[in-house]
Amino acid sequence: MDWHVIASGVLVISGAFLTVVGAYGTLRLPDVYTRLHAASITDTLATFLVLAGLAIPSLVAGEWLIAVKLLLVLIFLWFTSPIASYSIGHAAFFAAQKPKLDHDLTDGEGDKA
Amino acid sequence: MGRALGLLVVLAATWLLLSGIYDHALLFWLGAASCLLCVLIAWRMDVVDHEGTPLELGWRIIVYWPWLFIEIVKANIDVIRRLLRANPDISPTLVRSRTMQRTDLGRVIYANSITLTPGTLSIDIDDGKGILVHSLSREGAEGVLSDDMNRRCAALESDRLHRRAQEDQTP
Repeated sequence: MDWHVIASGVLVISGAFLTVVGAYGTLRLPDVYTRLHAASITDTLATFLVLAGLAIPSLVAGEWLIAVKLLLVLIFLWFTSPIASYSIGHAAFFAAQKPKLDHDLTDGEGDKA
Repeated sequence: MGRALGLLVVLAATWLLLSGIYDHALLFWLGAASCLLCVLIAWRMDVVDHEGTPLELGWRIIVYWPWLFIEIVKANIDVIRRLLRANPDISPTLVRSRTMQRTDLGRVIYANSITLTPGTLSIDIDDGKGILVHSLSREGAEGVLSDDMNRRCAALESDRLHRRAQEDQTP
């Protein structure tokens, strides 16, 4: 097997594995904020690994335009996903979803929610 | 005017990269026309400003992105480690980070960078009190309080960007 087939396979499979880890964390963690942390693994590194794995064969085949498109997909996802996370967290906090905290380093804002 | 030209160049580059067809005259002209139309609409909507087309960020953002990428990878590894314990090793912490940025654009970049690194999540932005950050672990919250990312985001703002931001606010 060629090296790039192995490399892209390893990247795609590890990306898929991280997606599963993110899903597991989303189910396992206690409240909406901690679950968002788990979901952001899927948003960031898992997406990157899968897209990088898809880009390698197209680069090897000389189809660099496809790799550029995959890079654009990554950029758009990384620009928009934090805004979605912020909206969910913000809405939850101001809808009085009190976060389950171990430490509150603010002046008690966690209780005001 | 210069900013509209910059937007046109970016749109044209995007069109060329996405289309990939360079030997078809009709498509080429249609692409050029749609780029011009987009700039015209953006101009009419009055969104061709330092936030819509932040050309002032320039090389600084190119230096910032690789650093942010490495931070994202490191934060991912940390969160994955914590998750894969038999009992997730978390200590949720809430913290306020006082923003050092001078413009709204810088504050948005900072808040989005916080959210983009797993383990920290910005919940609320308040100009007076700073950004409210929820962290998965105490260590992550202390990382936010060390203000490393805060300083780097403040360094993104050139004096020119600051001046333009003030100009755009007072029409």
